[in-house]
Amino acid sequence: MSKIASFEELKALQAEERAKIAVRDGQAPNPANLAKHHVLVCAGTGCSSSDSMEVMAALEKQLAEAGLSAEIDVVKTGCFGFCSLGPIMVVYPEGTFYTHVKVSDVPEIVESHFKSGQLVERLLYEVPGTGTKATDMSSIPFFQKQKRVALRNCGTINPENIGEAIAHGAYQGLGKALTSMTPAEVVAEVEKSGIRGRGGAGFPTGKKWKFAAGYQSDEKYVVVNADEGDPGAFMDRSILEGDPHSILEAMAIGGYAIGAHHGFIYVRAEYPIAVGRLEVAIAQAREAGLLGKDIMGTGFDFDVDIRLGAGAFVCGEETALLTSVEGKRGEPRPRPPFPAEKGLWNVPTFVNNVETLANIPVIFTEGAEAFASVGTAGSKGTKVFAMAGKVNNIGLVEVPMGTTLREMIYDIGGGIPDGKAFKAAQTGGPSGGCLPASALDTEIDFDTLVAAGSMMGSGGLIVLDETTCMVDIAKFYLEFTQDESCGKCPPCRIGTKRMLEILDKITLGEGTMEDIANLETLAKTISTSALCALGQTAPNPILATLKFFREEYEAHIVDKKCPAGVCKKLLQYSIDADKCKGCTLCARNCPVGAISGTVKEPHKIDTSKCIKCGACMEKCKFGAISRG
Amino acid sequence: MEMVNVIIDGVSVQVEKGSTILQAAQKAGINIPTLCYLKDVNQIGACRVCLVEVKGAKALQPSCVYPVSEGLEVMTNTAKVREARKGVVELLLSNHPADCLNCVRSGNCELQNLAHQMGIRKNRFSGEQSTFPIDERSAAIVRDPNKCVYCRRCEAVCSKVQGVSILGGIGRGFNSTVGPAFGHALDDINCSLCGQCINVCPVGALTEKDDTQKVWDALADDSKHVVVQFSPAVRVAISEEFGLPAGTISTGKLVAALRRMGFNKVFDTNWSADLTIMEEGNELLHRLQNGGTLPMITSCSPGWVKYCENHFPGELDHLSSAKSPQQMFGAMVKTYYPQTDGLNAADIYSVSIMPCTAKKFEAARPEMNSSGYQDVDAVITVREIARMIKQAGIDFANLPDEECDAPMGVGTGAATIFGTTGGVMEAALRTVYEVVVGKELPKLELEEVRGTMGEIKEATIDLNGTPVKVAVVNTLARAKEIMKQVEAGTADYTFIEIMACPNGCVGGGGTPIVDALTRTLMDEDYRALRAKGLYNDDANLPIRKSHENPFIKAAYENFLGEPLGHKAHELLHTHYTPRKKYNTECDK
Amino acid sequence: MACTCGGHNEALFAQLDEVIEQHKDMRGSLISVLHKAQGIFGYLPEEVQAYIAEKMDVPLSEIYGVVTFYALFTMKKKGKYTFNVCLGTACYVKGSGKLLDKLQEELGIGVGETTEDGLFTIEACRCVGACGLAPVVTVNDKVHGHLKPEDITKMIADIRAAEQN
Repeated sequence: MSKIASFEELKALQAEERAKIAVRDGQAPNPANLAKHHVLVCAGTGCSSSDSMEVMAALEKQLAEAGLSAEIDVVKTGCFGFCSLGPIMVVYPEGTFYTHVKVSDVPEIVESHFKSGQLVERLLYEVPGTGTKATDMSSIPFFQKQKRVALRNCGTINPENIGEAIAHGAYQGLGKALTSMTPAEVVAEVEKSGIRGRGGAGFPTGKKWKFAAGYQSDEKYVVVNADEGDPGAFMDRSILEGDPHSILEAMAIGGYAIGAHHGFIYVRAEYPIAVGRLEVAIAQAREAGLLGKDIMGTGFDFDVDIRLGAGAFVCGEETALLTSVEGKRGEPRPRPPFPAEKGLWNVPTFVNNVETLANIPVIFTEGAEAFASVGTAGSKGTKVFAMAGKVNNIGLVEVPMGTTLREMIYDIGGGIPDGKAFKAAQTGGPSGGCLPASALDTEIDFDTLVAAGSMMGSGGLIVLDETTCMVDIAKFYLEFTQDESCGKCPPCRIGTKRMLEILDKITLGEGTMEDIANLETLAKTISTSALCALGQTAPNPILATLKFFREEYEAHIVDKKCPAGVCKKLLQYSIDADKCKGCTLCARNCPVGAISGTVKEPHKIDTSKCIKCGACMEKCKFGAISRG
Repeated sequence: MEMVNVIIDGVSVQVEKGSTILQAAQKAGINIPTLCYLKDVNQIGACRVCLVEVKGAKALQPSCVYPVSEGLEVMTNTAKVREARKGVVELLLSNHPADCLNCVRSGNCELQNLAHQMGIRKNRFSGEQSTFPIDERSAAIVRDPNKCVYCRRCEAVCSKVQGVSILGGIGRGFNSTVGPAFGHALDDINCSLCGQCINVCPVGALTEKDDTQKVWDALADDSKHVVVQFSPAVRVAISEEFGLPAGTISTGKLVAALRRMGFNKVFDTNWSADLTIMEEGNELLHRLQNGGTLPMITSCSPGWVKYCENHFPGELDHLSSAKSPQQMFGAMVKTYYPQTDGLNAADIYSVSIMPCTAKKFEAARPEMNSSGYQDVDAVITVREIARMIKQAGIDFANLPDEECDAPMGVGTGAATIFGTTGGVMEAALRTVYEVVVGKELPKLELEEVRGTMGEIKEATIDLNGTPVKVAVVNTLARAKEIMKQVEAGTADYTFIEIMACPNGCVGGGGTPIVDALTRTLMDEDYRALRAKGLYNDDANLPIRKSHENPFIKAAYENFLGEPLGHKAHELLHTHYTPRKKYNTECDK
Repeated sequence: MACTCGGHNEALFAQLDEVIEQHKDMRGSLISVLHKAQGIFGYLPEEVQAYIAEKMDVPLSEIYGVVTFYALFTMKKKGKYTFNVCLGTACYVKGSGKLLDKLQEELGIGVGETTEDGLFTIEACRCVGACGLAPVVTVNDKVHGHLKPEDITKMIADIRAAEQN
């Protein structure tokens, strides 16, 4: 692509590029000699993991063999969000949504769909409870309550083709800001939108920009926090993989707003696809004159570099992240001074998270008011959640702020699998908490989550059912924070270890009621004295589970029982003699020979030998084995 | 200077803009407890002991790094603050060996003080404790990472003051510790063994290698003739160990104490410092007259010497070949001294009291045996001798002043200032000037070379029409700067004095430990006070030029012959060993 | 301590020289260089760290501090097959802990360790982002999803069988 010399040129280019992909809007191609079909194949990490790229290659090969290459374009695209259906493929203009596509399905798709015009029924999504197949995304409940803003281009464009991004409005916001607004007006627009940081604490983004703009310095930086560390959250990765230009554009807008000419994207090394897409996007944007010197002929210079993380959760904390960008041990530093005053290499810097930035261009193309018209009083716009765990529909979900947990888990998520009962929703990852069934109708935003005893965090939403032990979950998160503590301050370095030791004791059945009191004391000490947010929020999973599920702790301590049947040391398997038919299946499957009995006679478990693996219970066809 | 008004616990104070809450509170008469904070060295807000409540801030804030602003209101003593601080200290204690009774820092431990101050009688927290290997491989420094509170003060002094960055943060989380790369032994790597890390350690995680038992054993051995030397800086540094103000000269009391402990002869390193001037001064003249390698650089600081061997192995020719006063003394006390006293050199046990940890390494160098024996048998620091004096029950402060023994017990004022930065230079120039010009320096006090911590001083002396440019450097960070110039050939100096430690030996790694709070509250740096003491000592001594020391003259006349002569060369000069900067397991 | 660098491999160090040269004007480049160095050598033995320290004029303690801080850097040589068990929340609640137990039991080694024959290494990580396939294990970066403990047994057996042929 040649250099775009002005904003006007960019606008003209958008129309031109949009026409090229009109097929995806359900229209005829323009010019008419372009392909009549576009097949969009998800190339996100989830679908790639289940071989979507192999599917894509096979499809291209077969289409070529069938002489259909000119008629059908196969395009890689970003995440559709419905990850549990992957690999996903969508065929335009008809919009057919194929799921679980394997390489072996390709011949049939080519034969049936493209040659005969017949949909491959068995690859369509069946709408639960209706018996009907969904032919396109609009008829799938998972998508119906969603509003895709940050994810607007994921699953729509080829992230490695800047033309397609431009077709969908990329860099229009930047063009508008650079040509018709002063930096102060840009900051004011972001403030007016009411957008709050999507990375954790929900700090108003406009304020952050304003502070950074307010400090005088020849050198300033824009830094993107793409160190998505919450285990179970992957929205930032999906945005980088599916729409990298939205981030580059937002960085340039931010750079213009605060007077920075350089930006860094700090991205997890565990995200190779995202890194690759970013590299391609940066190169293409530079070539198009949308990054680099004299962007769109406005005289504004801005360029971007990528820095890789190396596996440290704490680097998601902004000061630790900056230290890591500087090439050092990612230890957080006390604030003040805030990064807005002394950030990267001690100069004014703002650090924004990926999802936050993905929203920024929209604020400029649609206007701050339009952006703020969605959401709640205190939390504007939409939020992407990574819904996983014990829920039917696993994937990325973007909903207006204020959507209830119930809507998310039941309407969008399709409820809990295997008829199990909902127990809790974990939000905010290791810094967050668990919300019980009584909170299902809470309208989720930054403030209601905090009020309910949890937090938004980066938007991880893990659904837990009755088979989840809440003490074990608290222990899981403590193991995580303890492992990821940087060690700089004693409350986190030693305190998280002490909390974990107590949780260990409790799950082994060695806890005392005093341990609960000690946990609470530790939690208070750590939350009031730790240096950074990782430490300050480390006790949250314990505090939240103690608040809503205290009886589970007490069951472990007093009754020496794990009600969910997870904590092995507290389990006892037994055979109900009335139900046992003496089929011997359990005895044959016991790995340690703990089950004895003669054929057609009730069997018995020797609890001294039993290793509590649960194999017998899984195998029993008569429900004769119970755990308690 | 712009001033701002802040309110600390309801008390209004005016402080300079840019001050921290900690400093402002001190002005309001409140000493907020600290642990990782160390004035001028470490301000990282890590330990969370100095937390305070700042009005308007949600979280508690570390006062050591929080900058004050106009109208700031701070509460330093609320229930929330006290509980948080106490909890933090309890957590630290829960991962700290409870062996205070056996710890060398007992009574002088900042963690112990905090526990006491917070009124911790029973620790609510307990659990697994760190089990790192204790590193006792060095001749000079012992590291016990299990006692480490991860305050990073050692790391800061090692990187910021000394510029060597031997110690650094390792690992993360509960397994975090501070140490050298790969846990290698300090003697084997590019550590100078300066011991500054020990001086800043708030606890017993970094200590000198304790050689006191070796000395007690020698004293108890009737077959041994135990002699002792103590270096210039020791006479001033020892005072603080016995409650005397920093800068007090205690030469006479120290001599009295050593005699009471049973040393057969109490000598003075000042004597051999004068000898060093004779040799080093003549070496400089020899180099000037014969086109030798210049600039010549002093070699009496063993930390500096090891640093040079590790970091600038190609520049070792610049080092004066003259041994340090300690090692000259060691060689002479087993050759010259037995002749004068009719003793058998084999029976002599030579003890050295030094303000320095690197001296332990220096004495143990394989080449330091020109007497035919190990020249110096045991090196103990000021801290160690103080402990021994206390063990002996000697009431140091009330001892009468006594004199050292002949023939190696008398030194000049020139020797005594060896203990501070610029002292060796000043002493050398007093002698060299007189030798070349034929008359005394116009003013004996060479103020131009009397520096402070981390300062590089320069002066030009007119030696009969030849301008001689000299430089004086202290701390290894500054030494590195000068050495880069030497390496590049751009250092237009004739003579450079380099001391590894801040302010020279008075700031040595073997001197009394001054805790963080004392450092903060002192009006003048304790090392500067010690240096002042030495300059006073110089001014008060009857002889102030090394070449005028009658006992040195006697040694040359009766034993050594000429400076730089054959015997002098054999006993009083040495060579250096190029060492790699980084050794890895592949080098073994 | 035995030498772990496996001999001074001139060709690899030449590659490292190139990397250091490419990064010489980049501010704060240490982590980037270490990533590349690990790519070249497979791990970061003492000798490589000391080499980087010397060439980049960064204290060795700082490099060692960085290497030991970040989970992705390793000073141990890895096995031919690295099993990386995802312990992200989504995988954990779907039983990835059991997969890890099974792996350790089958291979007789712990997390971060390599079998004596140099064939297998076990690692645990935080979320590979394939939550829809939970629980997942990657084997040399190839993702295997929806696993049960018995699948682990089979995967190991298959590799062993393939290696014997």
